[in-house]
Amino acid sequence: MDMKVKYRLPSLPQQAVLDEQDQALITLIQTGLPLTPTPYADLAKQLNIDEKEVIQRIQDLNETKVIKRFGVVVRHHELGYRANAMTVWDIPDETVSELGLCMGQFDFVTLCYRRPRRLPDWPYNLFTMIHGKDRDDVLANIQLLAKRCDLDEIEHKVLFSTRRFKQRGAIYR
Amino acid sequence: MDTLNRKIINLLQAGFPLSEEPYLEVARHLGIEEQELLDRLSNLLDEKILSRFGPMYDAQKLGGAFSLVAVRVPEDDFDKVSEIVNSYPEVAHNYKRDHDYNMWYVLATDSPEKIDEVNSDIEKKIGMKVFNMPKLEEYYIGLRLPV
Repeated sequence: MDMKVKYRLPSLPQQAVLDEQDQALITLIQTGLPLTPTPYADLAKQLNIDEKEVIQRIQDLNETKVIKRFGVVVRHHELGYRANAMTVWDIPDETVSELGLCMGQFDFVTLCYRRPRRLPDWPYNLFTMIHGKDRDDVLANIQLLAKRCDLDEIEHKVLFSTRRFKQRGAIYR
Repeated sequence: MDTLNRKIINLLQAGFPLSEEPYLEVARHLGIEEQELLDRLSNLLDEKILSRFGPMYDAQKLGGAFSLVAVRVPEDDFDKVSEIVNSYPEVAHNYKRDHDYNMWYVLATDSPEKIDEVNSDIEKKIGMKVFNMPKLEEYYIGLRLPV
């Protein structure tokens, strides 16, 4: 587990400039890469371009962060991470970015977003998804987080999931 | 799951080579045959341990939009309401959580305007207020869990 606390700057996503060939490639690999010895050459054939161009375009999509990650996408539940809690924090606006960046450094934090408060009903503005093998493991991780990022004074709520209805990747056109 | 599958997943959560024979490259790194790696990946996908092998896109860069939405649903109405909400193709996932705000669904649409449209439509159908909480800032997206 990476315990180093160091900050990285958040990125602000904007729509990328993509040509038709990029769009076709994005659509073609959205459900997965071919499980063949030469996947990029096979994609190239389907797109009528050469292999080098496919590789270059995927590299560019990685660099411009259109592709956030390239590799396996796991299903947490099936891998023994049976518990997760959406933990929400009410953090003063002046310090939310600093504390968000701190929390985002931990392996067991898979999502860390600032979202709008919905006052007076909902005061929480920072949302973290905390995973663990079971509920106690999740709670221990939250305690560790609070200690390491100095969150003792911060009001928070732990929302365990009790049922999951759907899980799919988004489909792009 | 055996040690080799764990090794494969941990290695490929970090990325995949952009070379002519990427599976061969990874297989050599693991000290196994290329065909064994391909078979194992195929099995992990069939068994739904992996949801996908390939890219994870940033939907916002593709012009799409995501939002997290919360609803306070009375316990007795929960099944009925979830059935309505889950019937929308834009609802990517939906979790029941133990809080006063007990329904949390994520919308994935091809434009930001569509998020508001779908939410108003859902509000009308279920007769309850929904609280839209779009992402304002992202500090990290890991989704990389050691197995």
